[in-house]
Formats: sequence, C-alpha cells, structure tokens
Amino acid sequence: MAVAQSQLTRQRRRAALAFILPMMAVLAAVAGWPLLRTIYFSFTDANLDNIGSYAGVGFANFASLAQDPEWWHAVRNTVEFAAVSVTFETILGLVIALTLNAHLPGRGVVRAAVLIPWAIPTVVSAQMWNWMYNDLYGVLNYIFLKVGVIDHPYAWTGSPKLALVAVIIVDVWKTTPFMALLILAALQLLPAEIYEAAKLDGIPAPKVFWKVTLPLIKPALMVAVIFRTLDALRIFDLPYVLTGNSRETASMAVYARQKLIDFQDVGYGSAASTFLFVVIAVFTVVYITAGRVRFESR
Amino acid sequence: MPFGSRVAVLFSAALVFAGTVLGARSAAAQATVSVACGSVGAEFDLCKTGAEAWAKKTGNQIKVVSVPKDSNEQLALFQQLLSQKSGEIDVIRIDVVWPGLLAAHLVDMGKEVPKDVVAQHFPAIIEANTVNGHLVALPAFTDAGLLYYRKDLLEKYGKKPPTTWQELTETAKVVQDGERKAGNDKIYGIVFQGRAYEGLTCNALEWVDSFGGGTIVDGQGKVTINNPKAIAAIKLAASWIKNIAPEGVLNYAEEEARGAFQSGNAVFMRNWPYAWALSQAPDSPTKGKVGVMALPKGGAEGKNTGTLGGWQWAVSKYSKNAKAAVDLAMYLTSPEEEKRAAIEVSFNPTIPALYKDKDILAKNPFIGDLLPTFQNAVARPSRATKSKYNQVSSEFWNAVHEVLSGKSDAEASISKLEKNLNRISRNGKW
Repeated sequence: MAVAQSQLTRQRRRAALAFILPMMAVLAAVAGWPLLRTIYFSFTDANLDNIGSYAGVGFANFASLAQDPEWWHAVRNTVEFAAVSVTFETILGLVIALTLNAHLPGRGVVRAAVLIPWAIPTVVSAQMWNWMYNDLYGVLNYIFLKVGVIDHPYAWTGSPKLALVAVIIVDVWKTTPFMALLILAALQLLPAEIYEAAKLDGIPAPKVFWKVTLPLIKPALMVAVIFRTLDALRIFDLPYVLTGNSRETASMAVYARQKLIDFQDVGYGSAASTFLFVVIAVFTVVYITAGRVRFESR
Repeated sequence: MPFGSRVAVLFSAALVFAGTVLGARSAAAQATVSVACGSVGAEFDLCKTGAEAWAKKTGNQIKVVSVPKDSNEQLALFQQLLSQKSGEIDVIRIDVVWPGLLAAHLVDMGKEVPKDVVAQHFPAIIEANTVNGHLVALPAFTDAGLLYYRKDLLEKYGKKPPTTWQELTETAKVVQDGERKAGNDKIYGIVFQGRAYEGLTCNALEWVDSFGGGTIVDGQGKVTINNPKAIAAIKLAASWIKNIAPEGVLNYAEEEARGAFQSGNAVFMRNWPYAWALSQAPDSPTKGKVGVMALPKGGAEGKNTGTLGGWQWAVSKYSKNAKAAVDLAMYLTSPEEEKRAAIEVSFNPTIPALYKDKDILAKNPFIGDLLPTFQNAVARPSRATKSKYNQVSSEFWNAVHEVLSGKSDAEASISKLEKNLNRISRNGKW
C-alpha cells in the first residue's frame, strides 16, 4: 500500500513537472534571460551604439549611480509617488468598494462605469489629463476658477511644486477602480451570517467595520497593496507622458530609460534598472514577511 | 528588469520590421531602395510622393518605411538598426544634431555627390553635416527659431516690433497689462518652449547666443557656457516667468506654445516656421493678425540669431544598394523637390537660390524675408560633443529649467553645469 502510494506520488510529481516545465521555459526566456542580461550589462561599459564590444568595469556603474544626485532625486520621487498614490488609492478604493457592496439600485451599471479609467491605456489618459491640466485652456483651471477654489490659474504640470502632485492625481484617478474591484471581490466573499449576528447584537456600524469587515478582508487588501506598490515603484508612462524627462517628476524607470536609450549608456542604464529591480525585490520580501501575508492560505 | 525586457522587445520589433523590408526586396529587377520617411503630418506624403517619382524616373523600386513620430524614438530605432550593421533601411532622414551620433554608420556623400550639387546648399548646414571631413548627409529642409507677434496688439499700444529682448520684455508687459485691464485676463506677454526637453535647449541657446554668450561648448570642444553674457541672458528669461510668461510655460513644447498664441492668449511667441501656416489657417483666431520676424538681439551689442533645426537625408553604410540610395538622397534634396516642399507644406529650403523663387514667394511670402535668419542660425554643439550631445543637451536644459522655475539662481546653476560638462567631456576631450 505504502509502495503504491509513493508510486502514485512520484507519478504525480512527474506529471506536475511536465505541466510546469513549458511555463518555466517561457518565463526563463521572456523574464529570466532579459533580467540576467541587464544585471550582466550593469557591470560593463556597454554602449547602445556598438553593443557587441564592451569591457567589464566591476562596480563602477553602481558607484557613480550612488554619487549622482539626479538619481537620488529620482529615487525620492518614486518613493514619494508610490507612498502617496497607493495610500490614496487604498482609502478611496475601500470607500468605493463598500459603497458598491451595498444593495443599491443600478449598481451593475455603476460598477462598470467605475472601471472606465482603468480601461483607458495610460498613455492616452496621461495625454488627456495633460490637456485638462493646461494652464491657459485646460478645463481644470476653468472649473476651479469658476467654483472659486483657486484665485489664479495654476500651472499644474509646469510648477515644480505641483508637477509630482499632478502625476499622483492622474495615477489615483486611474488606479482607484482597480483597488475598488479587488476589495469588492473580497467583500462579496464575506459570509452574511456574521453581519446578521452583529446586527442582532446591536453593534454600531463603525465598530462592525473595524472589528469584522477590515480584519476579514485584510489578506486581500494586503495583496492589492503589494501589487499596487510594485506597480507604482516601476512607474514610467505617466511621468514620461506628462512631463517628459523633467527632473521634478522623473522616476527611477524614467531615469534608467534616459541613460539607456537617449544617452546610449547601456552599462549605466542597466545598473539603474538593476537597482530598481533590487528595490522592488527587497520591498516585496520585507512586506510579505512583515505583513505575514500567506498567499497559499487564501 | 522592466528595462531589460523593454530593450529585448524593441530589438525583436526591429528584427521583425527588418524582416518585412527584406521580404519586399525580392522580384524587383532593379534595386529596391528602402527609405525611412518621417511620419508627422504632411511630411510622410511629401516624402512618399518624392520617392515614388524618383523610382518612376530611374526604374528602381522603393519601399517606404514609416518611423515613430517622436524624434528621440526615431534616433533610438536607427541606432539599434545601425549598431547591428543592418542594411535593411537604405536611406534615413536624420535631424541636424544627429550627424555626430551616427557618422560612423553613414556613407560619405562627399565622395559620391558632385561638388557643385553640394555647393547649392547653405554652407552652415553642409558644415553641420560634415563630421571629420566626411559629408554624412544632404540637407532637405531647414528650420530656425522665429519670433511671432500680434501685429494688431502692438499697433493698438503704439509699439514697434522689438529689436532687443529687453525691449520685448517691456513691450510685452505694457501690452499684457493693458489687455488685462481691458478684460482679457488670460493674456500673457510671451510663450516659448520651456519644458525640460530638446526644445528648451534650442530656446535657451538662442537667448545665450543673442547676447554673445557662445554656444555652450565651442567648436574645439571647450566648455564655454559659464560667462557673464550667458548668465545675463538666462537671468532675463527667468525674469519673464509669472511676470510676462505663464508659469505653465515650464511644461510647454511647440504645440502648447502655439495653442496659447493661436487662441489669442499671448502677445509674442518663439516657435519654428511651421507655426506660420497654421496661424494663418481659415479657422485660426489669429488669422491676419500675426507678424513674424527674426528673434531679437540680446541688447544693443547683441545679434539676431535662431537655433538651427532641420532634417537631412543620409545613406546607411550597410546598404546593399548604396549607389541607388545616394541617388535617391540626391533626388530628394534637389532644388525641384525642395521647391515642391516649400510650396506644398511651407518647409524652408536649404538652397539660398530658392528664397528668390517667384512661385514660393507667391505662396509663402515670409520665406523670402527670413533668408538672413536662416543664414545666421546658430548650430547646437552636436559636432564638438559627438556621441555625448544628448547628455550635454540634457544637462543644459535641466540647468536652465532650474533657473526658470526659480529652484536655483543662474550663477550657481551655470557653474554646476560647467562642472558637469567638464566631467562628461573629460575636460573638453569628448
């Protein structure tokens, strides 16, 4: 009996391996190989103009990266962007999800409508916002001036103080629906009996939220926050379309692209990309450990 | 990681793209020449009809390839193709600042093209396309920064078109304040290209050069930007922001500036010649109200200048049909083709003789008036800085942008710029 079982187990293992192998091969080809290649190039002086000939330079690229104030500005921009945008997206997403979860008439339509910003390609929505942000003919200044929120037209994307805020606003607008949808999915899985019990016990709604709803959706919320943060850390398209290579809003990815493509410096650009990769990897590990998110228990 | 994969995607896209070009070159009896036409607005059709006319005339075949709109993206594509020694695009259209970056991959036209054909063009543009004694491209059309102004508003306030930037600053203030009192509260004195990109390099080089402050890096490769005249020029421009220029100009490219000017929200605008035709379009609010002139001098001892722009045709060294390709490049830059471009889409010829051509002047009279502007245009330091030009330009526009946005003062920013440029160039060796 024991022998038969282990034979079955072995068979299963073999089958599993056969199923997994093609996927592993594809992943290795499209993600693993470029990643290793980027890390490899980051220790060379490769140039895009003649990528065949290069020499190893050890950690020189990383050393000059560490000394470049422009790079640290990009790191600060990226971290600020990620922290602020994800915070707002989580809070707003939660509010929207709770609203949509209530049994309101026509909520199917509302649910679909909420998703529209998420469905528009980022480059398109960034360009659209660029026009809305325009200081002279943009609709935002027009409305805010009419309503009286501001007393003179703001240069949303031009002013160094506002540029990063403008980028964050577009990201919040675009990604809140995604957050709302993930949280809504979690909310809909919650058993109705718990709420009935709470109702019978006469627990006030805020307390139900803090003591029942939030703990129950926490694992899903954590996963959503991780996804969003990883996405936000490698942000590229929004700042690039809204403000180009401007230092005020350049993220780590914008910085790396400029070095790699515009300046042809594959070695240095790869070092920046590698650093970005390490930041994201470390963040993920720390977050999963600290938040004790158990993917498998879900 | 995202970058590794992005580069990989670009490379494979380039390969696929090269494959289609290769596939097309099969049954033709004569040579099939592939030509990369620009894809912004009218220029694709212009290039396509020109290349087709050449094919008909010579019995060759052409394959028209369209390229990305953004010139930085085009450069990246060409660099990837050329660095792999791919001969799949024979004739490419290059920006006036690219010869230094691409020279190693381009055919020396000086050996192929008769001297008198080359001599038809502006000497300054031929010089801009000459790298280490090799003529790497033939000019197709040229550009230089121009000053657009509202004729009607200057007349209303009894002002003449300004001859110096200082005068412009005063005039702009007077007209702006007057118009605002009269109820047009959205009007500003001047708009230009202040976004942190290549366009700001062009604008700022004009300010600096008009003051006699040099060209950032001189012909010998020495970094010259840290001088009192350059600093005075940049300081004057910085004084415009929030005063006579909207703060939003810090994120304006060509089209945003044109949008503000053409909708009647600016008295002056710095822009390229293309804005003329559009400002005179039937649906333009400023139709008939616009004057165009050379950019002002930087003070009484300064000079009129404009940053040299424009595009040229070059032939890849790896082309298998180099002879036919050079012939096509010559055809596309011939007086007949340049004349057609000047009439149809108001591109400025690179051949001085065409500035007196009756047909061109009848259709686009301003082209004749601007001959001196194109003759005095200042070139960006792309030849001296060779493959580092993009870095130099980026350092420069960032330094200027910081001064314009008030993040640092001109002296500090320019001396930091000088230090960075010396580091990038290993003290002027490039």
